[in-house]
Amino acid sequence: MATLIEAEAASGGADITQRPLNRRNVRETIVRYRWLLLLMLPGITYFVLFRFWPMYGAQIAWRDYIPFLGIEGSEWVGWKHFEDFFTNPDFPRLLGNTLILAALSLFIAFPLTIVMALLLNELRLNILKRTVQTLVYVPHFLSWTVVVSLTGLLFAIGNGPLWTGVNDLLGTDINFLTDPAWFRPLIVLQDVWKNTGWGTIIFLAALASVDQEQYEAAIIDGAGRWQRVWHITLPSIRSTIIVLLILQTGQILNTGFEQIYLMSNPLNRTVADVFDTYVYFVGIQQGSYSYATAVGLAKAIVGVILIFGTNWIAKRFNQQGIF
Amino acid sequence: MARVKYRFNTPAGKVFDAVNVIVLIGVGTIAILPFLYVLAGSFATEYELTTRPFFLWPNEFTTDAYASILSSSVFVRAFVTTIVVTGVGTAIQLVLTALMAYPLSKIDLPGRRTIMSLVVFTMVFSAGLIPTFLVVKQLGLLDTYWALILPAAINPFSLIIIKNFFQELPKELEESAKIDGANELRILRSVVMPLSKPVLATFALFYAVGIWNDYMSPLIYLNDTSKWTLQMFLRQVTAASSLTAEDLGNELPPPAQGIKFAVVMVATIPVLLAYPFLQKHFAKGMLIGSVKG
Repeated sequence: MATLIEAEAASGGADITQRPLNRRNVRETIVRYRWLLLLMLPGITYFVLFRFWPMYGAQIAWRDYIPFLGIEGSEWVGWKHFEDFFTNPDFPRLLGNTLILAALSLFIAFPLTIVMALLLNELRLNILKRTVQTLVYVPHFLSWTVVVSLTGLLFAIGNGPLWTGVNDLLGTDINFLTDPAWFRPLIVLQDVWKNTGWGTIIFLAALASVDQEQYEAAIIDGAGRWQRVWHITLPSIRSTIIVLLILQTGQILNTGFEQIYLMSNPLNRTVADVFDTYVYFVGIQQGSYSYATAVGLAKAIVGVILIFGTNWIAKRFNQQGIF
Repeated sequence: MARVKYRFNTPAGKVFDAVNVIVLIGVGTIAILPFLYVLAGSFATEYELTTRPFFLWPNEFTTDAYASILSSSVFVRAFVTTIVVTGVGTAIQLVLTALMAYPLSKIDLPGRRTIMSLVVFTMVFSAGLIPTFLVVKQLGLLDTYWALILPAAINPFSLIIIKNFFQELPKELEESAKIDGANELRILRSVVMPLSKPVLATFALFYAVGIWNDYMSPLIYLNDTSKWTLQMFLRQVTAASSLTAEDLGNELPPPAQGIKFAVVMVATIPVLLAYPFLQKHFAKGMLIGSVKG
């Protein structure tokens, strides 16, 4: 995915045919490009309405927004909402829950994707390779509602196969769906089940473009299988790994609303509350628009800083960044 | 793809291959096993579901659960709604994306770089849930199906990939069409779109799956329960442990457990039907767009 940002930057840089616009040739330009401009109009309207207008509206984070008064009519309150959020007793818990879930995804789900791509790549039987790929892509297309419902059926008390199986194995009587200790493992399990297979697509594409002659040369030099993976395969897909890692880092605070919201219940709230669900609860449900906007903004800005930060670090280590 | 033959010949290599095959067959099985269990369960009797912990084939085959949900007017309405919203929404989203991608694929278009930068900017930074909600509210879209379609009308990633794909098409075709007197709209419809079928099919699938599976938008934008989509209905059925017959609009008490299985299947099957049909396109479409782009 990130390669397209690079490609965009590259093609944008080569865009020398573009002439500077001035008053004299504006009319001429519009006439010449009238069809193209007309085609773009609905799309531009979309971006203005649903992507940029909200950015203008985000100023309510610094106001006490009252729907009756409108955005401009509501009073400026400075950084009050941000301060309220950072001094809120819930803040450390929300931050902790968010970061732990992000870290689990980064250190478990992400490496598993790479391992699975490597294993698939080593598969010689093409029919088997295609079959396994088809099967592991499928869960990605199921909704979180379905995944959470599946989890509910599998772990249902009394007759869920996994409830029975795991409890028999551990000799326990745990209700996995409400036990706070099992919230994070279940979230990771769902994440891995749903997305690992799909995540291999981009790595498999990178692996397919590795120069086969390098392997032949390495074999002649006496390199074993592990040495080849370590010295040729992994370095060859390093840039892909780094680009995806940067993108993933930018997403750290985005735990994904649907999965967490659907998996949370009154008994596991202590570990289930994250920034995304918090914004929903205080904003949409309780109507604290300004405060929830401030929380959302704080989160988004940290995300942007993380993206640029990781990118900067990657470049400093002489690796390819995405910007 | 040329493979090096002798890299697999050592005994250790053969052991690895055997283990690898077993592991990946296991992974593939785990990927669909929950689904097969629910499929079997949806055709099982309530008695079997409460007495047998795991099975992939019901002892006694019954379609009671399906009959029960199909006779529920709430379910039928949610199902039909979801199909219509998905169909209309996908068409709108795909057309809007293609219409914007095409001009942006012309490197001589004035202002192209500025627009692209703004699009990329929206991928990195978004104002967040509440400001977007307020815009939807202000536009009067709350409690309308447009709220499920329009706020996500153009996915910036899709836009860039489709744009890159258009850009790679041979320019000669468009030029000859232009000499024949075709305008840009005509070129897009008769030359560019037919050549881009794999990519457009890919994103049609992604958009369709996105709308079909969407739970957050109806949760936020639809207060009117009569407008609920299938995902909302599914959530209601599987989360509620004490589902009564009246909830489903039935006279007879429903087989509570079996109904959950059946609703999960109904919410899943349309996506799975679309999947093999478009699968051959999406790997190709994704790669053309992103790797070569």
